[in-house]
Amino acid sequence: MDFNISKEHEMCKKVYRDFAEKEVEPIASEIDENCEFPYENIKKMAKADMLGIPFPQKYGGAGSDTLNYVFAIEELSKSCATHGVILSAHTSLGADPIYKYGTEEQKEKYLKPLATGEKLGAFALTEPNAGTDAAGIKTTAVLKDGQYILNGNKIFITNAGAADIFIIHAMTDKSKGTRGISSFIVEADTPGFSLGKKENKMGINASDTRELIFQNCKIPAENLLGKEGMGFKIAMGTLDGGRIGIAAQALGIAQRALDETVQYTQEREQFGRPIAKFQGLQWEIAEMATKVEAARNLVYKAAKTKDEGKRFSKEAAMAKYYASEIASEVANKAVQLHGGYGYIKDYPVERLMRDAKITEIYEGTTEVQKMVIAGSLLN
Amino acid sequence: MKIVVCVKQVPDTNEVKIDEKKGTLIREGVPSIINPEDKIAIEEAVRLKEEFGGEVTVISMGPPQAKDALVEAYAMGADKAILLSDKAFAGSDTWATAYTLSQAIKETGQFDLIFCGRQAIDGDTAQVGPQVAENLSIPQITYVKGVDIEDDEIIAKRQLEDGYSVIKTKLPALLTVIDGLNEPRYPSIKRIIDAYNKEDTIQTWTVEDFEVDKDKLGLDASPTQVYDTFVPTRDHEPEILEGDVEEKVEKLIKKLKEEKVV
Repeated sequence: MDFNISKEHEMCKKVYRDFAEKEVEPIASEIDENCEFPYENIKKMAKADMLGIPFPQKYGGAGSDTLNYVFAIEELSKSCATHGVILSAHTSLGADPIYKYGTEEQKEKYLKPLATGEKLGAFALTEPNAGTDAAGIKTTAVLKDGQYILNGNKIFITNAGAADIFIIHAMTDKSKGTRGISSFIVEADTPGFSLGKKENKMGINASDTRELIFQNCKIPAENLLGKEGMGFKIAMGTLDGGRIGIAAQALGIAQRALDETVQYTQEREQFGRPIAKFQGLQWEIAEMATKVEAARNLVYKAAKTKDEGKRFSKEAAMAKYYASEIASEVANKAVQLHGGYGYIKDYPVERLMRDAKITEIYEGTTEVQKMVIAGSLLN
Repeated sequence: MKIVVCVKQVPDTNEVKIDEKKGTLIREGVPSIINPEDKIAIEEAVRLKEEFGGEVTVISMGPPQAKDALVEAYAMGADKAILLSDKAFAGSDTWATAYTLSQAIKETGQFDLIFCGRQAIDGDTAQVGPQVAENLSIPQITYVKGVDIEDDEIIAKRQLEDGYSVIKTKLPALLTVIDGLNEPRYPSIKRIIDAYNKEDTIQTWTVEDFEVDKDKLGLDASPTQVYDTFVPTRDHEPEILEGDVEEKVEKLIKKLKEEKVV
């Protein structure tokens, strides 16, 4: 497949790589260890117009496309998967639904500051009893005197402690199941909206993941996104795009794990020669490289399909399913081929292996991706 | 304030290899970058524009692929970028390069400041900046590590080996800048997209587009003669002296005496 990677893509990719090497790589291990959100780097990314890559310039974006955005996440994730997911959750989940479903007023007020990076975005669907099964949402939104009153809890929300603007999904009509879900734009400082404690995770530790708590949180009626009852459609449409971002994150992790292994096995000597001279290892590396390349093709294809304005649910699901699975597999192999050193935090493969796992879980588990893929094939 | 910046696209010498037989650089597969000190020049110009208003024009002389360097300069905040590209310019040494750049600068009209990097990492001559200043008959301050503007004067810190001097001069002037003056920003993704999609962001000028004396261009007009280039060879193995400081000094003096250095 011809991905038609243009000169401008190439140049942007160079900027992302340069930024990742100089700003992200030096702090990646430390922010993982200290679970520290990289505020300074997010500001620097905003200055270089990296926080609204696929959105039109009239809404504060860079005026580029999904493929370019994928390059950014891939390059950042090679150095630190947390930077990758912050950018992905902000762009695909926080800003994109406003771009796709928002009114001109909402775009002016909320998309612009998100796309310029003045503000950070987040998205909340998951609840203690509703993740994959969205109909189980218990958070409610009741319209009264020109305001929606929100009550309920959201959990595992990426960027929660750092975001300024949230896309919240709540039930406006419980009797209609998923058709009773609506989406809202909620500002972080709205009274009645508070944050729970930061989750202590296995990986992507610098990402700020928290519970959101709504207690009689009143928001203006005009902050309804789309129409009442459209929430499920908005959430699913948004997650389709988000999956491309997570697939790109997984790809970055996998590529880095491969690169580290290629380097290490040529340096590490056992039995009087570099371990890369052993055919058993060569075959492992060949398999890893082939899988990474296959994932890259799926991820870029999903991005191109979206950029061409075609339906891309299946492509995004395939990319996310495959790239996340091989990210875990390749990172796991990378640790194995590093031997004892791979288990030590001084080597990046240890972090890569922990960070890879979440890509199989969030924004739709592997099992959900398979449901989406099968659903698009079977009637 | 109208500012002109002269930049050069160079091979990334961190990744360059040398053809030992010919004594030349192997350019194939080596990434091209904006000369690092020229990037500092662009950054300083853009900062001054942000502070005082005005316009930054970046000029480079080079083959068509040097356009990439100008795209990057534009994405860092330059308003205009001009590539001087013509077969007539090929093979220019610093004298011919400085003449060509000076003529192009004249063509762009009035200017208050010209920034150049101190020297390019591929040639290390540090001649083009000063030559441009001479061609344009304006004051020059080289090795600049600090810039202040007061009314129509510039006050620059000029780095010396053991300190710095502070030099004041009237504008217009030319400054060559060194590492440490600032930290160049990352190019804006939005401006990269603009550079490729908006018209006239990067202009290309041939010999027909500005006033030049064709006898002063390119290889034939270059007085520099290269007799030989070679890769320095190492005929001594390095030796590390062991012991505490006093022992090491003693050993060093003994060595120096043996070699008849002292």
